Amino acid sequence: MIRRLILLALLALPLASAPLVAALAISDPAEMLPDPKQEARAEAIGRQLRCLVCQNESIEDSGADLARDLRHIVRQHVAAGESNKEIIAWMVARYGDFVRLRPPFEPLTWLLWASPALALVGGGVIVAFASRQKRPAPAPLSVAEQRKLKDLLKS
Amino acid sequence: MIPELGHFALALAVVIAAAQAVLPLIGAARRDAVLMASAPSLAFGQLAALALSFGALLWSSVVSDFSVYNIAENSQSLKPLLYKITGIWGDHEGSILLWCLILALCGAAVGAFGRALPATVRARVIGVLGATSAGFVLFSLTVSNPFVRLWPPPWEGQGMNPLLEDPGLAFHPPILYAGYVGFSIPFAFALAALIEGRVDAAWGRWVRPWALAAWACLTGGIALGSWWSYYVLGWGGYWFWDPVENASLLPWLAGTALVHSAIVVEKRDALKIWTVLLAIGTFSLSLCGTFLVRSGILNSVHAFANDPARGVFILVLLALVIGTALVLFAWRAPRLQPTGIFAPLSREGGLVLNNILLCSIAAVVFTGTTYPLFAQLLAGAQISVGAPFFNAAVLPLAIPLFVVMVVGPMLSWKRAALAPALIRLWWVALAALAAGGFATFHAALFPALGFAASVWLILGAFVDIIARIGLFRLPLATSLARLGGIPLAAWGSAIAHAGMGITVAGIAGMAIAEHRIVAVTVGETVDLGGYHWTLEDLHDAPGPNYSARLADIRVTHDGRVIAVMSPGRRSYPLQRTTTTETAIRTNLFRDLYAVLGEERDGKAVLRLHVNYLAPWIWLGALVMAAGGGLSLADRRLRIGAPLRRAAAPVVTA
Repeated sequence: MIRRLILLALLALPLASAPLVAALAISDPAEMLPDPKQEARAEAIGRQLRCLVCQNESIEDSGADLARDLRHIVRQHVAAGESNKEIIAWMVARYGDFVRLRPPFEPLTWLLWASPALALVGGGVIVAFASRQKRPAPAPLSVAEQRKLKDLLKS
Repeated sequence: MIPELGHFALALAVVIAAAQAVLPLIGAARRDAVLMASAPSLAFGQLAALALSFGALLWSSVVSDFSVYNIAENSQSLKPLLYKITGIWGDHEGSILLWCLILALCGAAVGAFGRALPATVRARVIGVLGATSAGFVLFSLTVSNPFVRLWPPPWEGQGMNPLLEDPGLAFHPPILYAGYVGFSIPFAFALAALIEGRVDAAWGRWVRPWALAAWACLTGGIALGSWWSYYVLGWGGYWFWDPVENASLLPWLAGTALVHSAIVVEKRDALKIWTVLLAIGTFSLSLCGTFLVRSGILNSVHAFANDPARGVFILVLLALVIGTALVLFAWRAPRLQPTGIFAPLSREGGLVLNNILLCSIAAVVFTGTTYPLFAQLLAGAQISVGAPFFNAAVLPLAIPLFVVMVVGPMLSWKRAALAPALIRLWWVALAALAAGGFATFHAALFPALGFAASVWLILGAFVDIIARIGLFRLPLATSLARLGGIPLAAWGSAIAHAGMGITVAGIAGMAIAEHRIVAVTVGETVDLGGYHWTLEDLHDAPGPNYSARLADIRVTHDGRVIAVMSPGRRSYPLQRTTTTETAIRTNLFRDLYAVLGEERDGKAVLRLHVNYLAPWIWLGALVMAAGGGLSLADRRLRIGAPLRRAAAPVVTA
């Protein structure tokens, strides 16, 4: 069901030049948890979770109904005292890895997570390779130049 | 009639561009002076044709000619004149035409300002630009034609997305495109150099001003887009690591590397092959940025399939342009002999490290942006790569980059010692540590790190200039007198580096921003960030093509009124959409930011933010662009420009 929802949402995406969203990502204060510490934790979790029907927004940023429902669920779990890991695991069990804005470290994403290190190593290898390249020896001095050099050394 | 004229001019532009691609290149190969001399004229001709075409579209939009399909789809008779003009590049067809126009402008610019270039180089550069242009103008003419007619014409147009009806976004595309397309000139110079088989210091000096100008435009364009999303989208964010944003960041990163490596070519005749490759890579990323994003393939494979003709045309065109360039590179680059020799620890070495780090960041952003696409195509897996990944992956590369940005310019060319450079920087490091340490009392680790980095960058940028003028070492008057002797390029680089520091400070400040969402009745007061926010009134206000609902908020601090803000909601009946109008009051050190949400049971939902140092993010980008511009004005870069000697001054008694 949710997969079809995603598909529909993707099909409906405009070919626009900017993240065009209905800019009503304002939440109801009634949604927020009374304890500011818990609320901050819920927000931090929400920032890691993708609004499944949006282009590239976390559920904290999105104004979509689904995002509101997910925010609500996150807060329920936070209020129930679950850890961040447990809550994210719950979401992944429901919606798959697609829901995580920060993909997990697994065989499929090894390359992704290794990309900073790979890029640096690649750059280093290129530099090492280039610096080992033989440079042409400077051209020998011409007869006139040698004479000039001799004159200079003499004087 | 006018649209047909524009259509005709577009077709004419294809023909002229094709001629511009062929004749000068043949001329340069045969050393035929007449054919080579045709290059600038053809470039001017292409520019004239495209300007005529663009003018025709502009006219159709201004007079609301809804028999033109593009105008009927994206415009509306009630739309304010400014947006009738700027709306042209708000949609696909119009923005591609603008893109082509700027490309033609680049060709004409080389024609006009490149008189000092050797004839073969100028002909080849203009020829390459013509070939690129021919492909993209043909794309516009065949599958993305803005002049297609609609019959019978509708009485009223569909109107444009109200989010785009905004001055910030009105000027964002042209500036961004000037940056994207501006990199076509270094690209053309790179291909010309490969054809000539020669890259030398003079080449570096020709390329750098064009690269700098494009880079400054791109910096400004990205900043404008980020600022727009900050004040329009209305939840206080400024960068979302969206594929569209990443697409503009990639050429910026590569372009920044290019601007730096071109210095090494110019000063030390080294890194030549690498710089040529960077020039090719930067423009290739620009192309991918504009066209892959516009084809929608990054958002989803499905969006791409909506319009296969366009998508396939773009892919083939990109493959042709980028592929040809890379094949030419692979074939001819080995001829470019490396010459300049330098020790790993030297100014050149610092610039190499800068290039590695910038390109690594670009590689990470590229991988992250395209990974979901490949995961889906190859493994059938749906994954998301969003802001948390990019923040985590880019930060470890950004920190060493910030270190190198300050230490590198302290090193001397060819061979340097690290200790003297570090000794010159001890007080900067101390100040950065102090700022970071102080910040940890008030903020988490990440923002504290950001504040330390920004102090390090801003102060570090000026250490060299301070040393050169002998501040505190020599009498003040001498120091001030020496100030005038500092070359503009040195000022430019110091200011651009400091600009990065300003931006970093803004990012760190945003990380400690406070916000609150409240439901209040009229007259109620809430506290946030040491300010009292009172909802004074809720009322309706009419607009030209929308109706608005405004909330008047009075912000006080210690009993003093700081600001009266009126955030609102606009509903556009024609497009049946609602937008939020953010209210922002800034004193440059913090933004008061208010958004009006829904109203229920006599209560209005308000989202209030206090964003510390927020304006510095874009201010820093402007400072960076200004630094680039200043560097551009350096006399050194103008040497080799034709010396138009003024008539000898007439001395009168």
